[in-house]
This record gives sequence, structure tokens and C-alpha cells, in this order.
Amino acid sequence: MRLAAIETLGFRTVTFVTHLGRIAAFVGSIFVHSVRPPWRVRRLVGEVFDIGVLSLAIVCLSGATVGAVLGLQGYTTLSRFGAANSLGAVVGLSLVRELGPVLTALLVTGRAGSAMAAEIASMLTTEQLDGLRMMSIDPVDFVVKPKALAMLISMPMLNALFICFALFGGYVVGVKLLGVDGGTYITSMENAITWEDDVAGTLLKSFIFGALVGVIATYRGYTATPTSAGVSAATTGTVVVASVTILLFDYVITALWGV
Amino acid sequence: MQPSATRDLIVGLFVAAGLAAIGYLSIQVGGLSYKGPGGLRLYATFDEIGGLKTRAPVEIAGVTVGQVVTIGLDPSMRARVTIDVDPSLKLPTDTSAGIRTSGLLGDQFIELEPGAEDQTLTSGEEIAMTESALSIERLIGKFVHDSGVESK
Repeated sequence: MRLAAIETLGFRTVTFVTHLGRIAAFVGSIFVHSVRPPWRVRRLVGEVFDIGVLSLAIVCLSGATVGAVLGLQGYTTLSRFGAANSLGAVVGLSLVRELGPVLTALLVTGRAGSAMAAEIASMLTTEQLDGLRMMSIDPVDFVVKPKALAMLISMPMLNALFICFALFGGYVVGVKLLGVDGGTYITSMENAITWEDDVAGTLLKSFIFGALVGVIATYRGYTATPTSAGVSAATTGTVVVASVTILLFDYVITALWGV
Repeated sequence: MQPSATRDLIVGLFVAAGLAAIGYLSIQVGGLSYKGPGGLRLYATFDEIGGLKTRAPVEIAGVTVGQVVTIGLDPSMRARVTIDVDPSLKLPTDTSAGIRTSGLLGDQFIELEPGAEDQTLTSGEEIAMTESALSIERLIGKFVHDSGVESK
């Protein structure tokens, strides 16, 4: 009985390490294809459209809403201490440092990451990937690489747009509705946020999140079980694993970056 | 999928908007806090700068005319502050610099008080007269220490 438990533990460990190794090999293969022609620019543009442009609406809308709520909550708390003038700093810092990159990554995972995994998994199920191999086209080069790269490119831009819309939402609520002085709001925000500590950090975070979501979604789809259940498992797995990984990495990056 | 040219245009617009947003965050929000003209570099040495930080404003009569660029330690272990101010200002050579606090607990900034000399400061020159930051802890410490000695 005890032996069986240890056996299970050993099996799990071996599976985990095998997965890590496969992911590393997969990432290596994506990287090699990325730095070598054919570049597949047309496919990349198409994927940036699917991931970036089509996520724009949800990202901007969520950004404005999150900013507005932050403005409202921050004002209620700050005005208790007579510090409503720091509203811009509170909204700006929390958005740029944490909420922007993390929420954008979670939204994009749900909106585009799941779709990416489902698409690749169903291509696998319907043997389209094998069809590509028959024509001696590497599916990693033709299908996976454009998707992963598009995720890497789109994420920082969506993040920056999310933050801009959220700053606007916070401004509307704080200045137009609650009566904080507009100049004070902008000045306290611009004084609090620095390039080295905050803006560079947010770009680094969104780049890393983009790479993570791109790799997790494509790997899950690529290694799915070729059945209908496999496609749905790949989609669910992508959202769950990517979300947890984003939150974990967010802590690690913040700790290493040193706030 | 949409026609290729339209799609390319939309992707191009998206990328341009994304880059503009990154640029806005980097330059406007994360950039320098003083937006006026700069170029006149002056140095000032203080015994104590308190909580002065880089990018803190430099003011004359309450008007922001520049900002703190660097803060370092000079060989005699005093704080050496570089400030960047509007070059159109004609600051007399006997201008003095003091570190002030906005409000009771606000941020610290440098206040310049122009003197009366005819000659003006040029870039790279040193502001000779400085007034250090007022440290409340030090003041209280001094007060407690002094009154303690007297009572004995």
C-alpha cells in the first residue's frame, strides 16, 4: 500500500519532468524556426489580427472598467485620510505595476489562448498536422510559430492599451465624477510612476506573460489527445495552467525586479 | 477571414496604437516630471538632504523651474545634488538653495532664492549657499536630549 503511494509519486515526478523536457524541446524548436526563414510574415499578420485586434474590444472595455473601479475605491479610502490628491498615484501605480499586465494576460488567455489551443488540437484530431507533414511542412513552423510569436508581440501592446484605457477610466471617475482636481491627478500620477521601476517592469512582465501563454497554449494543443474530449481538455488545461502560471510568475518577477 | 489588404491595414493600425500606448506610458507617464525647458546644470552641496529624491522639483517663489537630476556623495561625505533648470533664468551668483518640504508630510523639493549680484550663474557652476533639509526626527532628538540634560 505504502509502496504504491511512493510508486505514484515517482510516476508523477517522472511525468512532470518529461513534460518539462518536452516543453523545453518544443520552445527550442519554435525558437529555431523563428530565427530561420521562411519567416511566414503573412501567417504572423493573420495571427496578430486574431489575437491582438480581436482582443482589443474586451481589453479596452475591461481596462476602462477596472480603472473606473480603482478610482472609486481609491477615492473612498484615500479621502478618509484626506489624501484624495494622491488618487492619481494610487491608480497609476497599481495599474502599471500589477493590474495591467496580469489582467491583460488573463483576459488574453481566456479570449485568445483557449482558441489557439482548441484550433491546434482540432487540427491534430482531424489529421491536418499530419497532412502538413506529408507535404514536408513542419507544423511547428507553419502553425505553432506564428501563433506563439503573435502572442509575444500582441501582449505588450494590449497591456499598454489596457493601462491607457484604465488611466482614462480612473481619470473620468476621479476628476469628472468625484471632483479631484485634474491637474493634481495627472501630476501625482506622473510623479509616482518612473520608467526604470514601473514602466520597464510592466513591459518585461507582459513580454514574459506573452511568451508563457503562447507556449502553454500551443503546447497544450499540439500534445492534445486526438479526440473530441482531448480538444476540450486541451482548451481547459490551457486556461487553467496559463492563469496559474501567470499569477505565479507575476509574484516571482515582482520579487526579483525589486519594488 | 477578411480580405488581406483590409486585414493588414487593421493589424498595422493595431500595432501603431500599441506602440503609441507604450510610448505614452514610457515618455509621458514614466518620463521626466518637469516639462519646461532645461539645460542649465547647477550643483549644490548639502549637509543633509532628508528625503530628497531625483526628479524632485526645483522652485523659485513656488514656481517650478527645473528638477533634481542626480544625487551623490562628494569626497567630503556631503550630499552633492545636480539640478537642471530653465536656461533663460538669470540667476545671480549669490543665489542660495534650500531643501523644503511641501506641507507637513509632503515631498521634498529645492527652493532657489535669487540673490543680488550682477553676475549670473552659468551651466556647471556651483551654488555656494545652501540650506539643509530640516529633519523633524533630528529636531525632536535634539529637544529631548537638551531638556534631559537640563533636568539633571
